[in-house]
Amino acid sequence: MEFIFDLLTPYGITENTFQNMLIAAILGISIYITLYAGLFSLANAGFMATGAYVSVILTTRYEWDFLLAVGAGIIAAGLISAIISVPVLRLSDIYLAIATIGFGEILVVLLRNFDRIYELIVNKEETITGGATGIKGIPVITTTEYLLLYLGIVVFLMVRLHRSRFGRALVAIRQDNKVAANMGINVVYYQNMAFILGAMIAGGAGALHGHLNRIILPENYGFDRAVDILTFAVLGGTTTIIGPIVGGFIIAYLPEILRRTDLVGLLGDIFGTDLGRYQANVRDMTVGMILLGVIVFLPQGIASPAMWRRVANRIWNLFNPAEKSDA
Amino acid sequence: MATHQNSLEWRASVREIRNRLKVLTERYPIIANVLIIVLSALLGYFIPYLAAEPIFRTEFNNPEQNFILMLARAGWYSMFALGYALVFSILGLLNLAHGAVYMAGAFAGLWITANQDLPIEYALPAGMLAGGLIGILVDWVAFLPLRARNAPRTSQLISSIGASIFLVNLAFILFIDQFNAPVNRFPAEKVNSIRAFQGTVPIERIEVFGLTLIDQLDYTVFPMQVTMFVVAIVMLIFLQFVIAHSKIGKAMRVVAYNPKVAQLLGINVSLIFAVTFFLSGAFAGAAGVLQGMFRVVGPFMGSEVGLIGLTVIVLGGMRSIPGAVVGSFIIANLQIATIAMGYSWLEEAVVFLALFLMLLIRPQGILGEPLQDRA
Repeated sequence: MEFIFDLLTPYGITENTFQNMLIAAILGISIYITLYAGLFSLANAGFMATGAYVSVILTTRYEWDFLLAVGAGIIAAGLISAIISVPVLRLSDIYLAIATIGFGEILVVLLRNFDRIYELIVNKEETITGGATGIKGIPVITTTEYLLLYLGIVVFLMVRLHRSRFGRALVAIRQDNKVAANMGINVVYYQNMAFILGAMIAGGAGALHGHLNRIILPENYGFDRAVDILTFAVLGGTTTIIGPIVGGFIIAYLPEILRRTDLVGLLGDIFGTDLGRYQANVRDMTVGMILLGVIVFLPQGIASPAMWRRVANRIWNLFNPAEKSDA
Repeated sequence: MATHQNSLEWRASVREIRNRLKVLTERYPIIANVLIIVLSALLGYFIPYLAAEPIFRTEFNNPEQNFILMLARAGWYSMFALGYALVFSILGLLNLAHGAVYMAGAFAGLWITANQDLPIEYALPAGMLAGGLIGILVDWVAFLPLRARNAPRTSQLISSIGASIFLVNLAFILFIDQFNAPVNRFPAEKVNSIRAFQGTVPIERIEVFGLTLIDQLDYTVFPMQVTMFVVAIVMLIFLQFVIAHSKIGKAMRVVAYNPKVAQLLGINVSLIFAVTFFLSGAFAGAAGVLQGMFRVVGPFMGSEVGLIGLTVIVLGGMRSIPGAVVGSFIIANLQIATIAMGYSWLEEAVVFLALFLMLLIRPQGILGEPLQDRA
């Protein structure tokens, strides 16, 4: 691993940044699979929270083995998604988006008040999720190798999925679910499976993320995180598996880009104030701009093969005018 | 078989009653609205009352106080949600940047009174104007290009989220620049100089035309709470009146039915879109200024009420304008009842639970038409 960081550190990619980039890529894939099935769901931040809290509580309170705890986090996220998927996936389009936003917010409020609810039910005071102050003092167990391994497994699964019956069924459903149903594809089953699969991937990412920063807070997994995850997929594009990975890498690398291009200082000069303390807000502002700009100007995302082919053709034609007249 | 026949007949009669009610509400929108508000308010009186009374009745928690709190909250949510519902009913798109527009209106009102030292009377018009203009700007930047290429509705949702994040964080930087603090208040002496805006001085007695109705209240009412409720009702009636009787309202209804048909009929569709966004933004701006005077103004004030407003319009029916007010009453009731029972920490959970359950049980909302676009 060391030699990779020797290469990357001059570009501002420290180990910590690289880990965040990997987590972002995994989360991007988790929303990619639901979008691949034609579902616009914003619940992945909630499933990430489930994975993170379950695995962290298991490792810190019950001293489980790390990998077992991550597995339990993945399964917990899968179970919760299985419970809500059947009723929620009756909705589509923006109604699905609203319902999943509601689900994420309920989960955040529950995590914030879990101890009080526990006290109400069991009549015993105990600190489990730690309320709004979160769980502190989590051992840092996640390493870059674990993240790379998990990303590798997820990418392998996705590539296999594209060529399987399951993947082709999802493509058919995304194109037109009525036609897909007429061709004998069980639309409800496949959409539910895609939703649960995305939730499990997000749960694993949450479990790994929980053991990365020594502290987890309910606010980390709210609406802002859901929008971030959406941005990974929108920026990269969802036509290929490369898209969400590229999108996640860019957004996680964004603070470093802002620091290098000194956009914070530039904005500070324009407004005449020192914005050094408010880098997070400048970063969020840029994310908003990216979301708006990409959806308006590049609806296929920046990692769309069709767009790059067009760009390459145009450059090729620029240097070979004869070829153009032939065509 | 007989039961099946019965249920069919029952359904037919329900449908007939609904159609007649619909015709009546279209013919007499103002009376219908007042009725809706009175019914919701009566309902609002009894839900917190029944919820809180058996458990405890303390000096801090009495039904009259709950009722006042509920009315003020319902007024605040209605002012906000009317604009949401207006945009959705005319354009069929969900504008998640509405919370940012609300914040921008409050910011403009605050800036003009605190920084430019203009009197407080200018705050409300300035907030409404700023909200309206930013509403049009959001339409031009985030929705117009997508409408032009006929993008799916989810793309419009994403672009409105992007616009919202951008506006909120830009406002944060501007707040730091203008006030050196991320959260600010309207100057108290200015706010208290106008009776209707007093946010810190409670009413001691209620007089109507020199006639004392109630003296020495055993509960607290702030003039601002009354103002918010009254403004919300005036807005609802104004909006219903415009849509039902004015020429531009007729054009709006045609555009809502089908923009292409409207174009063929010689209606300036882009003007109608601009007017819709201006009205929606102006309502959000007014809500922001009034709520900002009552509490505080900050760049993130729109994100909380934004999600609650979403719940409100989902409950009331996303294409229904009176539905926004009904939804506000329901949400305000639920919240006040939860607080009155002593579970104030579940205040948000109740809202989102209502949102979630409503979408599962009846996605078109209470006053909405059945959805056609479900899979």
